[in-house]
Amino acid sequence: MPDFHSPDSVGVVTPQTLHFAEPITLACGQTLPAYDLVVETYGELNADASNAILICHALSGHHHAAGYHSDEDRKPGWWDSCIGPGKPIDTSRFFVVSLNNLGGCNGSTGPGSINPETGQAYGPSFPVITVKDWVQSQAMLADRLGIHCWAAVVGGSLGGMQALQWSFSYPDRLRHAVVIASTPRLSAQNIAFNEVARKAITSDPDFHGGRFYDFNTIPRQGLMLARMVGHITYLSDASMGEKFGRELRDQAFKFGYDAEFQVESYLRYQGERFSETFDANTYLLMTKALDYFDPAYEFDDNLTAALKQSSCEFLVLSFSTDWRFTPARSEELVNAMIAARCKVSYAEIDAPWGHDAFLIPTPRYTDIFTAYLDRAAREVGA
Amino acid sequence: MRADLEIIEQWINPGSHVLDLGCGDGTLLDYLQREKQATGFGLEINPEHITSCMGRGVSVIEQNLDTQGLKNFEDQTFDVVLMTQALQAVRRPDIVLDEMLRLGREGIVTFPNFAYWRLRWYLMWRGRMPESETLPYKWYNTPNIHLCTFKDFEALCHRKKFRIKNRTVVDGEHQDRWFSALWPNMLGQTAIYRITRE
Repeated sequence: MPDFHSPDSVGVVTPQTLHFAEPITLACGQTLPAYDLVVETYGELNADASNAILICHALSGHHHAAGYHSDEDRKPGWWDSCIGPGKPIDTSRFFVVSLNNLGGCNGSTGPGSINPETGQAYGPSFPVITVKDWVQSQAMLADRLGIHCWAAVVGGSLGGMQALQWSFSYPDRLRHAVVIASTPRLSAQNIAFNEVARKAITSDPDFHGGRFYDFNTIPRQGLMLARMVGHITYLSDASMGEKFGRELRDQAFKFGYDAEFQVESYLRYQGERFSETFDANTYLLMTKALDYFDPAYEFDDNLTAALKQSSCEFLVLSFSTDWRFTPARSEELVNAMIAARCKVSYAEIDAPWGHDAFLIPTPRYTDIFTAYLDRAAREVGA
Repeated sequence: MRADLEIIEQWINPGSHVLDLGCGDGTLLDYLQREKQATGFGLEINPEHITSCMGRGVSVIEQNLDTQGLKNFEDQTFDVVLMTQALQAVRRPDIVLDEMLRLGREGIVTFPNFAYWRLRWYLMWRGRMPESETLPYKWYNTPNIHLCTFKDFEALCHRKKFRIKNRTVVDGEHQDRWFSALWPNMLGQTAIYRITRE
């Protein structure tokens, strides 16, 4: 039974769709004349609108970060472990805003939405969105909500990149950026994994060049493969070993090619479930946004120079077994921040779960997160 | 605040950019930020201390001097590099001192004096490794792996051509007593050195 009556749960929440009639010009040069963003909020905005925290989601995330959608809902939002009354992102002190990013597939305008000009789904004609574009749309969302300056912008993985981008794009509109299990840019290996995922999707015969909506189908196999390979990079060797080991579903080898090891059936199950709920074009778009993110690029590859634009304080956290965005990648970011004389704190948290550790509360992670945001709350009198 | 920190505070100019190696719970940096408008970072490895720093608004980096060194910091980026009561616990104090003066114009170091008369007495009388209030460990579990005397430290500074700008000797309560200055290597328990390159 879900415990939405528990005192540290935000309880039952209702998402709202906000329509933006003003156009947004994107990094690729195209303009979206209008768009929707689906948003959830938790807690109360204070009188001077200074206690707001923006949650930025990762690749397959969405607006539903905390609480439940109904009394029957069995699973809480994706970051419920960290958002709620008395939790690190304390909704009794902060007003928390969580959205589904532009290009997403959970209600915000994306490739699966109807293009008002054609009356058909955008599909592959939906523009490629970058982290910078997301931050721009999030700033328009902040305007709409009457928030001039965020107490903090918080995100893990791709969400951490958005928090970082906020500090470049709107340095005077956030006090703190919390960048968790992230990186200032993808490595060749990271891009390579994304390319495998994209190739899996685009080579599925049901993809139809991204026009699968017109054929009333989805590239199920491709999405499943993409998710399977992605999922492996989110876990660590040790955590997979602990969870599955070499355990078989049945007692003995069958000398065939069905899923026999538990890890195989787990990955297939995850992949299948994901392929039913996630839009293939959105997956392509999100991985591309990851690949393109590189704030140092415009500064001759000098990350320190890029960071000199920012004026907020940073908290950077990494996890010991994260091999997707290793602690070394966070340290690269932190060192550039030190050289740029940013205010930054950094900790590497010992956790066995690989990249996924940013979603799992461990005592040290929770302590640090709580202590840091407690001070951020005190600063704004929350 | 600890008396040694009060002495250090007098040696730091307002607005200085400070690096504190082994910053503990951030007491000193917090004080310097508020009273001296100082900026800067603390380095620490103790998880509870790191959390305390974050809670009080002191920028803290989890970094181990012994295994990671200080290579990630650029030359002459700080006005002062501090190290209180940690020099004796690092693997290579000589290299750390070199690094301190590579990163900063000035270094401020405090450490316990192993030639303090009570420790000498302890060793002479009992024939065993000294234990005291400032050094409350057994020889086998002590983090203080490179204990030295004031004379040893000054000899090292001489070899490295560091200039000692100031030296204050204090007792166990970090009080500056007139007799410690008389015969520091015998009567001083803790020294606070302010060093720079010649």
